Amino acid sequence: MHAFLQSVSAIAMPVLCAVVIVLVLPLLAGYIVLVERKVMAHMQARLGPMRVGPHGLLQPIADALKLVLKEDVIPMNADRMIFWFAPVISVTVALVAYSALPIGPAFQIADLNVGLLFIVAVSSLGIYGIVLGGWSSNSHYSLLGAMRSAAQLVSYEVAGGLALVSVLLLAGSLSMKEIVQAQLDQGVWFVFYVPFGFFIYLVASIAETNRAPFDLPEADSEIVAGYMTEYSGFRWALYFLAEYANVIIVAGVATTLFFGGWLRPLTRYRDHFPGTSVELLDVVPTLAMIALAVYCFRLAPEQPVRVQKRVMAAAGVKCLLFAAILLASLFGSDAVRQGVHGAFWFLVKVGAYIYCFMWFRFSFPRYRFDQLMRLSWQFLIPLALVNVIGVGVAIVLREKWDWNPFLSLVPTTLATLGFAAWLTAEESDFSDEAEGSAAGDAGEAAVNGGGE
Amino acid sequence: MVLANILFYFFALLAVGSSALMITRKNIVHAAVFLVTTLLATAGIFLQLEAEFLFVVQILVYAGGIMVLFVFVIMLVNLDIEMRAVRFNGQWKVAGALAFVLAMQVLTALWAGRKTFHLPAPPTALAAKNTEAVADALFSHFMLAFEVASILLLVAMIGAVVMGKRSAE
Amino acid sequence: MIPVSHYLFLSLVLFAVGVVGVLTRRNVIIMLMSIELILNAVNINLVAFSRLYGSVDGQVFAIFVIADAAAEAAVGLGIILAFFRNRKTIHADEMHLLKW
Repeated sequence: MHAFLQSVSAIAMPVLCAVVIVLVLPLLAGYIVLVERKVMAHMQARLGPMRVGPHGLLQPIADALKLVLKEDVIPMNADRMIFWFAPVISVTVALVAYSALPIGPAFQIADLNVGLLFIVAVSSLGIYGIVLGGWSSNSHYSLLGAMRSAAQLVSYEVAGGLALVSVLLLAGSLSMKEIVQAQLDQGVWFVFYVPFGFFIYLVASIAETNRAPFDLPEADSEIVAGYMTEYSGFRWALYFLAEYANVIIVAGVATTLFFGGWLRPLTRYRDHFPGTSVELLDVVPTLAMIALAVYCFRLAPEQPVRVQKRVMAAAGVKCLLFAAILLASLFGSDAVRQGVHGAFWFLVKVGAYIYCFMWFRFSFPRYRFDQLMRLSWQFLIPLALVNVIGVGVAIVLREKWDWNPFLSLVPTTLATLGFAAWLTAEESDFSDEAEGSAAGDAGEAAVNGGGE
Repeated sequence: MVLANILFYFFALLAVGSSALMITRKNIVHAAVFLVTTLLATAGIFLQLEAEFLFVVQILVYAGGIMVLFVFVIMLVNLDIEMRAVRFNGQWKVAGALAFVLAMQVLTALWAGRKTFHLPAPPTALAAKNTEAVADALFSHFMLAFEVASILLLVAMIGAVVMGKRSAE
Repeated sequence: MIPVSHYLFLSLVLFAVGVVGVLTRRNVIIMLMSIELILNAVNINLVAFSRLYGSVDGQVFAIFVIADAAAEAAVGLGIILAFFRNRKTIHADEMHLLKW
C-alpha cells in the first residue's frame, strides 16, 4: 500500500502537468490562430477580426462553437473507421510529443534521457494522420494531397534531424534539460555556435508543419485543402489543433536547442542590486510586463466603444498581475524564481519563433512541389551533413588542441557557407533543364499524377 | 515497480491482439494500421526493459519509416478487387497446424531444459546511461557490423530507387 | 522484475502469428508485413536477454535487425511495385510466370 502511494505521488506532478497542457492547448491554439489573423491583417494594411468580442478576442471561441455544432459529413464509400481514426492520430501524436518538452525548469512531464529523439520520433508518427486521412476520404485530390504532404514531411524530417545532430554533438546529451544545462555551462546559446544548423532546422521545421511557403499540400488555391478536403466540423478542428500543436512543439524544440531554453539572455552577467540577492537583469521581465500594462492603459481611453475600453483596461490589469508574479518570485526560493522566470523566457522565445513563422507565411511565395523536394534532398540534406562533419571537426579542435570554442567553429561555418554557395551555384546551372531528376521521380511517380 | 509490470502485460496483450488482427484483415490498410499498433506496443516493451534508445529507434525507424513506406506502397497498388478477393490461400489449415507444432516444439524444448538455464540474477540498476552504452558498443566492438549495415542500407536505397522508377520512356 | 520466460513466451506467440501470416495469406504485402512481425518477435527476445545479462550487445544486435528490416522492406516493396506495374496483381498465387 505504501509502495502504491509512493508510486502515485511520483506520478502526481507529471499528471498535473499533462492535465494543464491538455486543457490549455486547445485554447492556446485558438488564440494563436487569432494572433495569426491579426498579424496577417496588419501586414496587409487592414484590421482583421474586430467584431466578435472587442478586437476579435472572442473569435476563437466563436469558431470553436461553430465547428463543434457543424454537421458531421462523411463521404460516401469512405472507410469509416480510418476516417474517424486519422484526425485522432494527428492530435494524439502532437499531444504526446509534449511529454518531453520542458517549459521552464520546473514544468516537464518526463525528463527522458532520450527526450529530444522521443519528440522527433513521435512527431514523425504524425504522417499517419495525414496519409490515412487522405486515403480514407475516398477522393483523388485528398489522396494526392496526402501523398505530397507525407513525402514532404519525410524529406524534411531527415534534414531537420541532421541539423539537430550538430547541436547534439555540442551538448553531449539527448535529454532536453541537459542540453539547456550545456548551454548554461558553455555560456553561449547554441545558435551562435551553429548558425547553419539553426537555419536548416528553421526551414525544415516550417516544412514539417506544412506552413507557408511549404504549404502546397494544404493551400486553398492548390489542391483545395489536400488531405483535409473532406473533413469538416470537429474532425477538421482536430487536424487544425494538431497543426498548431506541432508548430508549438517545433518552436519549443528550436528554443531549447538553439536559444537556451529557459535561460535568460546574458546569463553570465550576474551583477546584483546592492544589498539584495536580486540580479539586475532579472527585473527585465517585470519591467517588460509593466511597460505592456502602461501601453494597454494608454490605449484604453482611445477605444471607440465602452466595452473595448474595459477589455483594454482588463488586459492592462492582467499584465500588471504577471508583473507582480514575476517580481514576487524574485524574492522566493531559487526553485520558484527559476521556475517562473524560466517559463517566462521560454514562452517569450517560443512566441518570437512562432511570430517568425507567421512573418514568413505572409512574405514568401509558395514553393512548387518539385522545387520543395529538390530543396530538401539536394540542398538541405547535403548542407546538414557537411554541417555535422564540420561540428565534429570543431569539437576535435576544441578538445584535442584546446582551441577557443568560438574560434574552433569558424572553419566549420566557413566550410558550410562555401559548400552552400557551391550548391546554390550548381543548382542555377541545371534548374532550366527538364524536371526528370530521380529525386522527383522515384516513389513520387503516382504523386505527380499528370505533372510535367 | 508495480506500474512497470502492469505495463508489460498491457503492451504484451496489445501486441498479440494487434498482430492477430493484422493477419486476418481483408483490407490491407487496416492490416497496416494494426501492424503499426503492434510495433508501438513492442516499443513500449522495449521501454519497459529499460532499453530507451531502442524504444526511440523502434518508433522512429520501424513505425515512422518502414511502415510509412508500406502504407505508401499499399496506396499505390490499392485495388478495389482486393476487397472481394479470397483472403487466405488453400493451405491455411496446414499452415495453422504447422505454426502450432512449431510453437509446441519450442515450448517443450524450453520446459525440458529449464533446469539447465543458468540465468544470472538480473542487475537491479544498469551501469551507464543506455544511449551512451549502446553508442560505446556500436562504435567499438561492432564497428565492422556498423559499416556493413551502412553499406547494406546504401545498396538497398539504390535498389529501391531503381526498382521504383518507371521504365525509361 | 518479470521473469524472462514471459518475454520468451510473448516472443514465441508473435513469431507464430507471423509464421501463420506468411504461410496463409495470398496478398504479398501482408506476407511482407508478417515477416516484419517475425523480426519484431526476435527483437523482443534479444532485448529481454540483454536486460537479463545487463549487457547492451543484445540491443545493438536488435538495432542491426531493424536496419536490416528497413533495407529488406524497401527492396521488397520496390519489387512488388515493379511486378504490380507489369501484371496488375499482388497475389502470390498469380505470380507463377516461372512455374513449369
